[in-house]
Amino acid sequence: MSFLSLSPDELAAVGVSLTVGLRAIAVGLPLAVLAALALARGRFVGRTALDALVHAPLVLPPVVVGYLLLLAFGIRGPIGSFLNNAFGVRLVFTTGGAAMAAGVMAFPLMVRAIRLSLDAIDPKLEEAARSLGAGPLDRFLTVTLPLAAPGVLAAAIVGFAACLGEFGAVITFAANVPGKTQTLPLAIYAALQTPGGEEVAARLATVSFVIAIVALVGSEVLARRTRAWIGR
Amino acid sequence: MSLSVRIRKSLGAFSLDAAFEGAPAGVTALFGASGAGKSTVLAAIAGALRPDDGRIALGDQVLFDSAAGIDLPMERRAVGWVFQDARLFPHFSVEANLRYGLARAKDRPVVAKLDEVAAVLGIEALLQRRPRDLSGGERQRVAVGRALLSQPRLLLMDEPLAALDAPRKAEILPFLERLKTAFALPILYVTHSLGEVTRLADRLVLLEDGKVAAQGPLGEVLARPDLPLLSARADAGAALEATVASHDPARGLSRLTAGAVELVTPLIDRPVGTPIRAVMLARDVLLALTAPEGLSARNILPARLESLTPRADGTVLVALVLADGQRILSAVTRDAVEALRLAPGLALWAVVKSVAVEGARGGGLMALED
Repeated sequence: MSFLSLSPDELAAVGVSLTVGLRAIAVGLPLAVLAALALARGRFVGRTALDALVHAPLVLPPVVVGYLLLLAFGIRGPIGSFLNNAFGVRLVFTTGGAAMAAGVMAFPLMVRAIRLSLDAIDPKLEEAARSLGAGPLDRFLTVTLPLAAPGVLAAAIVGFAACLGEFGAVITFAANVPGKTQTLPLAIYAALQTPGGEEVAARLATVSFVIAIVALVGSEVLARRTRAWIGR
Repeated sequence: MSLSVRIRKSLGAFSLDAAFEGAPAGVTALFGASGAGKSTVLAAIAGALRPDDGRIALGDQVLFDSAAGIDLPMERRAVGWVFQDARLFPHFSVEANLRYGLARAKDRPVVAKLDEVAAVLGIEALLQRRPRDLSGGERQRVAVGRALLSQPRLLLMDEPLAALDAPRKAEILPFLERLKTAFALPILYVTHSLGEVTRLADRLVLLEDGKVAAQGPLGEVLARPDLPLLSARADAGAALEATVASHDPARGLSRLTAGAVELVTPLIDRPVGTPIRAVMLARDVLLALTAPEGLSARNILPARLESLTPRADGTVLVALVLADGQRILSAVTRDAVEALRLAPGLALWAVVKSVAVEGARGGGLMALED
């Protein structure tokens, strides 16, 4: 049992990981739905540019993404200084910053999952809703979004898992601060850099594994219920 | 509140240039071959497709007018649209599907109520089910109900039976007939089935290659021999608007009056006075130069030969004018034309077996051929 009892630092890493994952999903998921909708249905100038921007984290080295975030959202960066001056919000070296870095990395995965389910929706159903008197927002909320629910759910799970595992972007943008930005992979990395830290690393790896399995099983159950609910 | 349409639209090599009027009440059928532009017209009326120019109006309400710059969005047109594929929302129950349009029609004059619609369409028992648990025919009935409950001023039906097999078609048709009388709502019905036209339509608009070839009251258009779209068909024929005049159960007969013409049919299970459509296919009408005797046929109608129209299959379509001016058709061979010396103006007798007079509106025998 002693192997599985976590030290306060290790517990903190678990807590930070979950917080980072949940916060990244809470903010990232609605944005991912909007981006997927724009990419799947939108006909506007700059659609290709948006597509490239959304998918950039997938092809860039995570450290580069972290560095770019640092340039933009650092205290002296254009957005970072504005947030700091106007609202007193600092992202660098904070849990929120870690969540943002992880969320940006997970964003393309979420958008792709949602887009797949949006593409599977028959636009004729939206046309039917329209002929029955439903305006654009009404149609989106009552037809499109419910029918895309399995994809949105999949996006949440994939995004959450990606956030838990994100390393490069988080450590570059938010650094490795125990209790604040030190997520599980960062804690494992730190443990491995410490002489005699192998046991800590193994414990945290086990915890990561358990969280992943629970999330996967939970998502499978939820997915089945969602599919039944939307009548598929 | 009659529909008035005048639209032009180019779609690649196809060009639509159609102008027609719908019946102010009852069913206007838009009939034509596949690719004639029927669905395009419907999409333009519904607001799913913007014509290049023209005008679409419902009574005094303009839905589209290119000259005046009016193009009402689909969701504000109050036009119910029944699709070939029912397009029910899979994530809602039947009742929630029905209520979808109802909930968004609070400021529209009430045309139909939920329990009334459910009763007319026979879907009361299905309300709690999900669309995936319905048969094709049930789905289509729910779709009709959903469109009706959006309280439309016009109901568009886009080949609602085309995706169903013959028994399902036969199952739904009586419900569609009840629709006509149960709700005061003009219906524009698109089909390429003449059987559905003769059973449901009051007014007929023929569409050919994107143009209106003919339009008018059903009986008039149907009996015109000069419209190849109709006259070339094996099931070309005439439809007379009749009423049930009397029953003779002892002889197994019913008598119908259509204008000044009396017709005899096998016993019809409808009360006296019921309006009924008597359909006589051209291939079931014989011609005789003298009043025939000793025939089993009960309908022997004096007529004058109006015109002879050769058909592609070698037969000749003869248009006959009855004593009161109504027109019926007879299909004969060229040989018969020569032997009887048939020519316009000739007075003769049209002979129709009573079992060949089909009471289309009486739940009769009308075959649904495509």
